Amino acid sequence: MSQTNGQTGGQTAVHHGRTLDLKLCIWRQPGPRAEGRMVEYDLPGVSEDMSFLEMLDLLNERLIAKEQEPVAFEHDCREGICGSCGMMINGQAHGPQLGTATCQLHMRKFNSGDVIEIEPWRAAAFPIVRDLVVNRSALDRIVEAGGYISVTAGAAPEANIIPVPKPVADAAFDAAACIGCGACVAACPNGAAQLFTAAKVAHLNLLPQGQAERFSRTEAMVERMEEFFGSCTFHGECEAACPKRISLENIVLMNGDYVRAKFKNRRLAGRR
Amino acid sequence: MQQDQSSAPLRRVQPARRRWPWPLDLYQSAVGKKWAMAVTGVMLLGFVFFHMLGNLKVYLGPAQINHYGEWLRDIAVPALPRTVFLWLLRCGLIAAFAVHMHAAYALTRMNHRARPTKYASERDYVAANFASRTMRWTGIIVILFLFFHLADLTWGSLNPHFVRGNVYHNMAYSFSRVPVAAIYIVANLALAVHIFHGAWSLFASLGVSNPKLVAFRRRFAVGFASIILLGNISFPIAVQAHIIEDHGSTPYHAPTEQGR
Repeated sequence: MSQTNGQTGGQTAVHHGRTLDLKLCIWRQPGPRAEGRMVEYDLPGVSEDMSFLEMLDLLNERLIAKEQEPVAFEHDCREGICGSCGMMINGQAHGPQLGTATCQLHMRKFNSGDVIEIEPWRAAAFPIVRDLVVNRSALDRIVEAGGYISVTAGAAPEANIIPVPKPVADAAFDAAACIGCGACVAACPNGAAQLFTAAKVAHLNLLPQGQAERFSRTEAMVERMEEFFGSCTFHGECEAACPKRISLENIVLMNGDYVRAKFKNRRLAGRR
Repeated sequence: MQQDQSSAPLRRVQPARRRWPWPLDLYQSAVGKKWAMAVTGVMLLGFVFFHMLGNLKVYLGPAQINHYGEWLRDIAVPALPRTVFLWLLRCGLIAAFAVHMHAAYALTRMNHRARPTKYASERDYVAANFASRTMRWTGIIVILFLFFHLADLTWGSLNPHFVRGNVYHNMAYSFSRVPVAAIYIVANLALAVHIFHGAWSLFASLGVSNPKLVAFRRRFAVGFASIILLGNISFPIAVQAHIIEDHGSTPYHAPTEQGR
């Protein structure tokens, strides 16, 4: 699952900075139903210029050379926009650097001699596939419930035909920055997916195009979310863990729309 | 809906349930339970505030506070029989407590189901504070204290010198016992911590999302919790400091008193 690209092999990389000698404690679990445990690895000679994932690549190369099973972890774009590379690093989702995904965390944030504990996201709705890889498709189930707008697609409409005030566009765009990595669920002491769902609700509910399905969407997405996840107690850990800095205010917005959805006369939803 | 192809299949943590009739179905959802907790929380905050405010009358002397105690039974008296309005308020409070605690219990169960396996490494919390992480414990302390408080100063069963209707005497005697004064102070610290998180997060549960209120919410929570804390712990401290002392106070007797 982990791949290496020549740069991280050690022989071709040019080390300008320090190198770190690390001790890693990584959750190893061969399969969904297998027992898992924390396994210690010594990893000397890590360049501080490496990203966290490149450090894991280095570990895996050495494991493969010793004919051991490499650590499975999910990754794709390695530039903080795909949302696949989440892991719990020393008790923090995506590690100690705020506002970034694991792939954007660099080893210069650590010191030689550090012990780094790496675990998969833990939630009932995120069953472990293998090692650090979890099945996050519960998030897809939430989006399927209403994270879309229904339009008759035709020729592209005139771009400015629906006026969107600047603060509205900004707020909707900030919510739409969610990459669905699941760090909010992983960081939440309650295992709640409130921040993810709220971001997906808000980026549509704020915009004029999202108004037609605003209340049916909110009701369906919240109720789907609650089939899989815990409840929100506003600790704020999700906001702190979010690599895209999605605001807790989106949850406030979603809560308001959910309660309103229960009382709204839906036949009047088209009125301004 | 796409089929889950993963070898680690999804499990629902919430059992499928029959939908309750509107508007009770709101309470079936976790967001609805939080809304109910916020609404009942506002009721309880209102009670705690006016309870503290009324008790400040103890500083005006025995006649004032004992008169106030009688007045609480006399509210709306020509329209309703004596103590009926007080009992309506009490019933509202009991209902608010019941809903608040049931929602807390149900949500706690749900949260434990949603995170059945804890992290092996120690969590490094960034945003969660002491108040937010101890809500269920401070809540339990407050409810246990509530029964002690009722037994001490309402029913009188834990207060050997209890005189019904002589609020001043009962307070002065009760708080003169050092362990009892300590219990009141500790319980009010727990209450203040509980209120701090509650008074902030109720805005979020109610969906009050105006950005103009963002800074206000924190200030309100700190201010409200501090006022309640300072007011309430002032009573045991004042008794221990001999600022409040009972020198033969008597219950308030209205001119036309015909018995209780």
